[in-house]
Order: sequence, then C-alpha cells, then structure tokens
Amino acid sequence: MTDIAASRSDSAPHGSADAVIHPAWVRVTHWINVLAMLIMIGSGWRIYDESPLFPFVIPFEITLGREFPGALLWHFAAMWLLAVNGIVYVTLGILSGRFRRKYFPIQPREVVADFGAALRGRLSHDDLTVYNAVQKLFYVGVIVASIVVILSGLSIWKPVQFQELTALFGGYDAARYVHFFAMAVIVGFLVVHIALAVLVPKSLRAMLRGR
Amino acid sequence: MARSSKPIPGVDAKYLVKQAGQLLPEPSRRIFLRGAAGVGAVALLGGCDIVDSESAENSLHVVSRFNDRVQAFIFSPTKLAPTYPDSAITRPFPFNAYYPLEDAPEIDAVDYALNVGGLVSEKKAWTLDELYALPQEKQVTRHVCVQGWSAIGSWTGCPLRHFLRRIGADTRAKYVWFRCAEGYTNTIDMATALHPQTQMTFKFENDILPRAYGFPMKIRMPTKLGFKNPKYVVAMEVTNEDRGGYWENQNYNWFSGL
Repeated sequence: MTDIAASRSDSAPHGSADAVIHPAWVRVTHWINVLAMLIMIGSGWRIYDESPLFPFVIPFEITLGREFPGALLWHFAAMWLLAVNGIVYVTLGILSGRFRRKYFPIQPREVVADFGAALRGRLSHDDLTVYNAVQKLFYVGVIVASIVVILSGLSIWKPVQFQELTALFGGYDAARYVHFFAMAVIVGFLVVHIALAVLVPKSLRAMLRGR
Repeated sequence: MARSSKPIPGVDAKYLVKQAGQLLPEPSRRIFLRGAAGVGAVALLGGCDIVDSESAENSLHVVSRFNDRVQAFIFSPTKLAPTYPDSAITRPFPFNAYYPLEDAPEIDAVDYALNVGGLVSEKKAWTLDELYALPQEKQVTRHVCVQGWSAIGSWTGCPLRHFLRRIGADTRAKYVWFRCAEGYTNTIDMATALHPQTQMTFKFENDILPRAYGFPMKIRMPTKLGFKNPKYVVAMEVTNEDRGGYWENQNYNWFSGL
C-alpha cells in the first residue's frame, strides 16, 4: 500500500533516483501477465495449428503443449491466470488513478510528432516516469487488444451459453478471426516492447525493482 | 468424434518451460525463468515443481476438473443453441473421426439393436423400426469441433429427454453413458441429456442417416463439442458412475460444453 501511495508522487521528481516508477502491484501483475501471456500465446498457436485459418501453421517447436490435448489443457488453465490477473491490474489501474495519470490524454498531434522522433531515434527515455504519446497509445492499445482477446476467446469457448457475445463478434467463425488478430496485435506489441526493454535496460530494471 | 490427428498423451512441462523461455530475448529470459516462472508457476501449479512434468500434468488435470464444474454451473438447461435456415447447411457436411471412412462401422439395419440399461424401469433392446416410430423433430444447428472448425448440419430424430421419460429413466441420476459399434464410449451429464435439443438422430436432412454420419443412430448435442456427439450408438445406460470416454480418457476436457 505504501507503494501505491508513493506512486502518487511519481510525476513530480523528474529522474530522481528515489522516485518509484512502478509500484509493487504493477510489477507483480506485469510479471504474472508475462507468464500467462506466454502460456496463452504458445498453447494458442498449437491450437491454431489444428485447424489453421490461413495457409500457414506455426512451427510446432515454438508452441506450448506440443500435443493438441496438452495445449488445450494449458490454454484453459492459464486463461484463469490471465483473466484474474488482468481484472486485478485494470481495477487497481483505474482506482489508483494510474491509468488516468499515465495514459491520458493521448493527443493525436503528439503521437505523430513522437512517432516521427522515435523513427529518427530521437525519442528520449531519460525520464521513465512519464510516457511519451507513442507509449501511451501502445499501452492503451495492448490493454484494449487483451480485453478483445479475452472476450472473443469466451465467445469461441461458449458459443451457446454466451451466444449474444458470439453474435457481437459476428458469429462463431468470425470470432475465431477476431481472436487471432487480437493475438497478432499483442504479439506485435511484444516484439516492440521487448526490443525497447533491451535497448533501454533501465526500463527493465524499473519493472523489476520499481525504480 | 470430431478428431482426426493421433492423440499422444502427456505434457512435458520441462520442455515447455524451456520453449517459453526461448521466446524471450536473453536478458529477460533469465528473469522469466528465475522470477516470473517462480512466482506465477507457483500460483498456477499449486506449489509443485514445474520441471516435474508429471505433477505439472496432474495440476493441469485438476484445473480441467475445475473447468468441468464451471461449465456445468454456466450450462443453462433451457438456453437453446442458435438454429439456422436450410440454406446455411454446410455441403458436403464433413466426415470426421479417428479412423478413415472406409473403416467406419457398417451396421445391418435388420440385426441392429439399441441396448438400453442402467437406472431405467424398461430395460430392453430396441429395434430400428421401434426407434423410427418415436416422435421426431428437426434441428439445423452448428457442429463445433474441438479443433476449431465448425459446420452446420440438419438433424432429425427423437429428443433424448422424451426417450428417457418413455423408458422410465431415473433422471435424478448423474450421467448417461453411450457405447458405439466401433468401441467408442462417452459419458454425458444428465442436464445435457435432458436439454431440449439433445437428440437421438436418425436422419441427416431428409435422408436416413448415412454411414458417414453414424448410421443408424447418433446422439446430437448442439451444446457440446463434436467429439462428445457419439455415432453408431449401440448401447445406452443411465448411471451414477462416470465412466469417462474415448477422448476424455486421452486428456480432453470431460464436460466440453459450448
């Protein structure tokens, strides 16, 4: 709880060595989410391979569970971890005011300017407590994609009991495509996110130690 | 019976965690394996050692049993699966089983009998003519395979709940168990057996059920995955004992509701 309190001042002392960048609840839910996402994506790829939507399959070597029933067991176990952890993260993010403070407002003009700067390699990461407009868009985008992946997943899992939700996605077959594309958005985010964490190691340190 | 690839039991957790780690670049890999796997795996696997593949697999089965209870809880005995117009029927409707079509059972209509037993007041063998005389209904519903694909079919037959009443079944019993001509077996929950759309199917569209779809009788359950819909059914028992089934015994989820 002291970490949540500390996070309220995280926009004040720029670059201060003592400022808490990520309170404990952010770090804990982040790393649980890493595990849940890896299991969901890895096992989901193996499930995709059983009846591919496109003329390609994911190499079995990089899927989880290897055998189809094993992948199903992993997928339908880790879904609880993903959903419960996600609900905790979003609830605390809203209640603590962190989402409002860190992610909003997102100005289209700033997104364009910051994106241009990022491409020229001129986007500064000196102050980890403040997100630039591209980061804001990315983080909000991946949260939305995660909500879509969970809801489309529910509609594929229960197209009779939750048929209203399935209909919202355009029916069972369409929901499978939505589920796939939401996964693709998340994986696309991960590629950029992990690459930048490696390029800016102190951001990784902040997600481990909090500052 | 909507499966074609060979089932191979077992989930190798050691291999799996290694693979998960390899998805990450080097610096985060160590962190994942040491940190996240430590925290998360404990939460997921109830404190067992993730490198012990047997206990990891057992933990996954515990969650699968938990998912059975969750699915039974959210199953509505009155909510109907969506139905479709005849124009939506998938043509040709796919044949799918763990064997090729030429190995599918060939049942002689004259010799056929459906053996009904267990917790019922009228234990007997039903001939095909007697079964065909039962009141019949038609449904056009979606068959959803555990593999992900789906197909819409037109099924006509007697609602199973009507038949269960007719034979004096104890509907307070927990399960209905089916045995099929090729050796496939399957246990379903009583709530699903009594669902209005659960059907003893004798026809596909306007034709006698072809061999590919389970002649002379399949049990059509639009509220369950395809593999829980038995074909070539030769015996049925009302029971309080969960006897599992062909796929359920090979790591597939027991309830498999939709």
